Amino acid sequence: MFVLETKDLTYTYGAGTPFQKTAVDHVSFGIEKGEFLGIIGHTGSGKSTLIQTLNGLLRPTSGSVLLKGKDIWAEPKKIRSVRFQVGMVFQYPEHQLFEETVLKDICFGPGNMGLGTEESEARARQAAKFVGLDEDLLNQSPFELSGGQKRRAAIAGVIAMDPDVLILDEPTAGLDPQGRDRLLEQISQYHKVRGSTVVLVSHSMEDIARYADRVLVMNKGKAVMLDTTERVFARGRELEGMGLRVPQITSILLYLQEKGYPVHPVLTVDEAVEELRPLLKKGRVRHGS
Amino acid sequence: MVRDITLGQYIPGKSMIHRMDPRVKIALTFVFIIFLFVASNFQGIALMIALMLAVLALSGVPFGQYFRSLKAIIVIVLFTAVLNLFYGSGTVVWRCPFFPVMQITDGGIGNAVFISIRIISLILFSSVLTFTTSPTQLTDALERIMKPLKVLHVKVHEISMMMTIALRFVPTLLEETDKIMSAQKARGADLESGGLMQRIRALVPILIPLFVSSFRRAYDLAMAMECRCYHGGEGRTRMKQLHMTRLDTAAIVCTAVFCAGVLFCVFRFPAALR
Repeated sequence: MFVLETKDLTYTYGAGTPFQKTAVDHVSFGIEKGEFLGIIGHTGSGKSTLIQTLNGLLRPTSGSVLLKGKDIWAEPKKIRSVRFQVGMVFQYPEHQLFEETVLKDICFGPGNMGLGTEESEARARQAAKFVGLDEDLLNQSPFELSGGQKRRAAIAGVIAMDPDVLILDEPTAGLDPQGRDRLLEQISQYHKVRGSTVVLVSHSMEDIARYADRVLVMNKGKAVMLDTTERVFARGRELEGMGLRVPQITSILLYLQEKGYPVHPVLTVDEAVEELRPLLKKGRVRHGS
Repeated sequence: MVRDITLGQYIPGKSMIHRMDPRVKIALTFVFIIFLFVASNFQGIALMIALMLAVLALSGVPFGQYFRSLKAIIVIVLFTAVLNLFYGSGTVVWRCPFFPVMQITDGGIGNAVFISIRIISLILFSSVLTFTTSPTQLTDALERIMKPLKVLHVKVHEISMMMTIALRFVPTLLEETDKIMSAQKARGADLESGGLMQRIRALVPILIPLFVSSFRRAYDLAMAMECRCYHGGEGRTRMKQLHMTRLDTAAIVCTAVFCAGVLFCVFRFPAALR
């Protein structure tokens, strides 16, 4: 059974006005429990709108979102409980920090769930550990932290609610290369240890290729592909037509394949080495062509 | 949603009115408003209405837009009209059976109509200004008009720069507010229920990040301006010089003719208000 599922989900901005624009157009897909799903799409393809309907921040114009088989808008008054189960980390989440100390800020979510101070703090400390935030930073003001630390603190604030599904919108935007690798590694670790479902929206095809089990491709408000990461990136030409690209190494292998070499379009450099080594041995890579 | 609030009513276009010098537009709007009150009889106000209709037609802004700006003040117009019905002299048309003091006279009806026309025209004239002049043009023109105040050590350029920046950042801040609200709602912030105190307390997680980001933006903007050697208004030239054209001269002449007509009516015919 899908943990989160959409059925004919449509969201229209400014319905009934001359400026109306359908951002998400009859999208139906399911997220399996425990999977790591990547969502890619060109700017303005409807990714952000889509994920905001998943935790009930936006109410679909038509169609429905099912959480564990139940329509989340069946009881609009209980929508807050949906938001605890589907945790959402927005772009630049450090802009949401407001409390006096980092610990208190991470406790904001659990506190809203109605948990007591002790339990909230226990969860906050655990969440901080998951994102690699030092224990002694917890009593500082969030505004004294560095950019990367702020980002971690904000993500911890969502993880502390212990959601069944964690959605992250461009969590590495604006981080340095090392910082982004570490953060993604920790998110992946969290995914493995907790066994929770993770949805990652990203512009970096390399990141998606490395971590996602399956990929959903959005284009002009429609879900155009949903398949395993290998199979989605094997359709590189189609992706390019939508203003997306495939990981650099994959595009090289796709090119070789088009030229008639017997290679598979794999996703990482390590795999590519394995693919290319036999070719070099046989001396079949010619110059030119 | 917060984003639905629209500020600034500028409707882009290329009409004659759009192309006029904003300084002239502001000045003429003032003249119009003054003459709306100078015109003391129906003959005079008819001239003003004719002028107004001509300007509305020339502005190329759809009439629906003007209608919408009138909708906002319809209550005020009705309120003053009803009050005026009861203040006036002349033949009694209707008397309240319970309070004989309250009576409607033909003079009162005349007053009510007259005042309503004045208020509606006032709004329409100022709408023409805001619909056809972009906020930047407006502040630019205001700066030029207020220039003489420099003698009194009023920092005219700084004031108009602040106005421009404030207007520029209204939509940005609204968007920011929207984002922060979504982020806190995603963490379970409850903004919709509870008593007054609870709701005020619920705003803290939104206001603090908003303040922080406003300061950050202000620093960034100040830095960017200084990097481009901004040092206030002293010796600063402008990219878009305001120029008066033949169009503006024509507008001024036209307005002058109508105003002369209104003055003629004022002296020739009796006043309408009784």
